[in-house]
Amino acid sequence: MTLSRRTFIATGLAAGSVLHAPVVFGQSRPKVVVIGGGAGGGTAARYLAKDSKGALDVTLVEANPIYTTCFFSNLYLGGFRDFESLQHGYDGLAASGVTVINDTATAVDRQARTVTLAGGQVLSYDRLVLSPGIDFKDGSVPGWSLADAEVMPHAYKAGPQTQLLKQMVEAMPAGGTFAMVAPPNPYRCPPGPYERISMVAHLLKQTNPTAKILVLDPKDKYSKQALFEEGWQRHYDGMVTWVGPDFGGGSVEVRPAAMEIVVDGEVQKVDVCNVIPGQMAGKIAQIAGVTDDSGWAPVDPASMQSKLDANVWVLGDSSAQGDMPKSAFSANSQAKVAAMAIRGELTGSRTFPAKYSNTCWSLIAPEDGVKVGASYEPTPDKIASVHSFISQTGEDAALRKVTFEESLGWYAGITADIFG
Amino acid sequence: MRRRHLLSALVLLAVGVGIWPGAGPVAAAPIGDAERGALLFARQCSACHQLGKGAVNRVGPQLNRVFGRTAGSVEGYKYSKSMARMGSDGLVWTLDTLDAYVENPRSLVSGTRMAYRGMKDAEARSALLAYLREWSDKPQNIPEAEPTARASGLVLDPAILAIQGDPDFGEYLSSECTTCHQRDGSDQGIPAITRWPTEDFVAAMHAYKRKLRPHPVMQMMAGRLSDEEIAALAAYFTTLD
Ligand SMILES: Cc1cc2nc3c(=O)[nH]c(=O)nc-3n(C[C@H](O)[C@H](O)[C@H](O)COP(=O)(O)OP(=O)(O)OC[C@H]3O[C@@H](n4cnc5c(N)ncnc54)[C@H](O)[C@@H]3O)c2cc1C
Repeated sequence: MTLSRRTFIATGLAAGSVLHAPVVFGQSRPKVVVIGGGAGGGTAARYLAKDSKGALDVTLVEANPIYTTCFFSNLYLGGFRDFESLQHGYDGLAASGVTVINDTATAVDRQARTVTLAGGQVLSYDRLVLSPGIDFKDGSVPGWSLADAEVMPHAYKAGPQTQLLKQMVEAMPAGGTFAMVAPPNPYRCPPGPYERISMVAHLLKQTNPTAKILVLDPKDKYSKQALFEEGWQRHYDGMVTWVGPDFGGGSVEVRPAAMEIVVDGEVQKVDVCNVIPGQMAGKIAQIAGVTDDSGWAPVDPASMQSKLDANVWVLGDSSAQGDMPKSAFSANSQAKVAAMAIRGELTGSRTFPAKYSNTCWSLIAPEDGVKVGASYEPTPDKIASVHSFISQTGEDAALRKVTFEESLGWYAGITADIFG
Repeated sequence: MRRRHLLSALVLLAVGVGIWPGAGPVAAAPIGDAERGALLFARQCSACHQLGKGAVNRVGPQLNRVFGRTAGSVEGYKYSKSMARMGSDGLVWTLDTLDAYVENPRSLVSGTRMAYRGMKDAEARSALLAYLREWSDKPQNIPEAEPTARASGLVLDPAILAIQGDPDFGEYLSSECTTCHQRDGSDQGIPAITRWPTEDFVAAMHAYKRKLRPHPVMQMMAGRLSDEEIAALAAYFTTLD
């Protein structure tokens, strides 16, 4: 079995275009361009190249030479991971047969089916996959713009911003105040801000135990709320104050120059301010014109194909698909459905009904891990949740430890699945 | 012993028929022939396990009070990684889970150290469990099985095992597994799923599907797989080296 399989792959590579001669596209290999080499785009590019065994010409356009995962970046803040462990290069994708171009896509001409890069290169495509993540909505938090991110970091796209936030927390004066302006729905990683609060609290508990944490939230409830509240009380009693919309959490103005926040008209001095603004699909999806009034890109639940252009697929955070949370797990799951559908169209390979799933682990304190997850199916109008589960309050320490260890296994697994 | 069982069986017949599912723990069904179970235990289990007065851990853990106990929790006994994981995932020994375990240990706990191939005959298993049950605390306080229905065990229909999986379909389905389980077989934090004997793989997936194995993510994933899909996955995974 092993031998014949190897042989098959070897022949497949050498004579791919003959074996899988595309019905519609004649002699040249059909071209797929993927914009964004993160959880969605990296997975899609890798599976397209790997599974088509050379029959598709797959090009990945990614702005950064190294990808830093947002997932587990909170664990870096808490001191549980080093920064390098969050970073992944693109050699594995290249080895799978993907042409990786390190540049930024600046324009998409859907009529001509071309993508223009900042460096001037123009790529033509038969199918385009967009997985550019998120961008921030201007004016979402009064007083804050992207230019203020050096003073009040968002740290919601991992990289230098994450390192900056950590330095700021470490430099807080004794008994100082860390404030977070939490985002309105929908945003990437629903438990992300609250896992971050847990990790900052953990760090401060060691180095600055009289410090205070203030969360200003426009939402009246949030993901895994009961689990986080229980954990904060158990591990960081009295340190975290959460202010919901009833008490002004939804009407916050920030003054970066003065390091002040104004909550319901009341001015307060803070030492660190993490502003996580409202979000929308990555800019290139807006530029390509595949987003709607919501700021996100509507897709067909059965395939992740754009509802506005049959040659375009939108994955991950940028897509508006229904019930799936914006997570790396979701983006990875959607990418596999999309890769199968695109391969089916371009090479005539078999297609199967879409299956989607998601699980998000969060760390509350050392070895105190929790998780939430669901499986999903396409329905005519959305990707709908069919079954879900969540960790329970009051679970014993052994289970929480296993859950944490499982999350380490997940990180190793998904990064290998995305980057090869 | 036999007398008591007979008696409760009669009571059951008289009162239970018709309202059986709601009858509650009081009207628990007799598990099986405990006397036969004692003989089976002596022949097949006692080389490694002790049961009864003064039982201590030997090659295997002592088995007093096994009903209602969390898997992998006998003090002083060094369990396999797999059994310990099942315990923290929440596997509790009930009539159902013990029945599945005795039938095919590895379908429930893949990496168990118990080198016992399993007891295929359902009636023999019932007898053995009836005997084990005598040495659990205050038997009348422990419901025999939840709800009160007799254990279904993990008797895999031979037709299920006979399904020829479609490896191409399995390859697509496997992409859902590899978000967490690594294709190269590493198993830090999350068990490996490559290199499994096909039958064990199929049995394990059905055990999750029927919620005999406890893990919530796996119950969810396997819960929506059809028999054909499980066969397809098994067929695909055996092609990996
Ligand atoms: C603090 C935090 C914690 C998180 N924790 C988890 C977690 O535990 N589990 C989980 O599943 N998810 C988690 N997430 C969410 C997860 O990171 C995102 O949902 C996921 O990365 C989305 O994948 P994506 O492909 O849509 O976008 P991304 O992974 O963000 O990838 C987008 C890529 O596109 C590139 N790009 C954008 N525009 C262009 C352009 N014009 N040209 C070229 N390249 C471009 C970007 O450089 C980027 O590399 C977390 C997020 C945060 C912020």
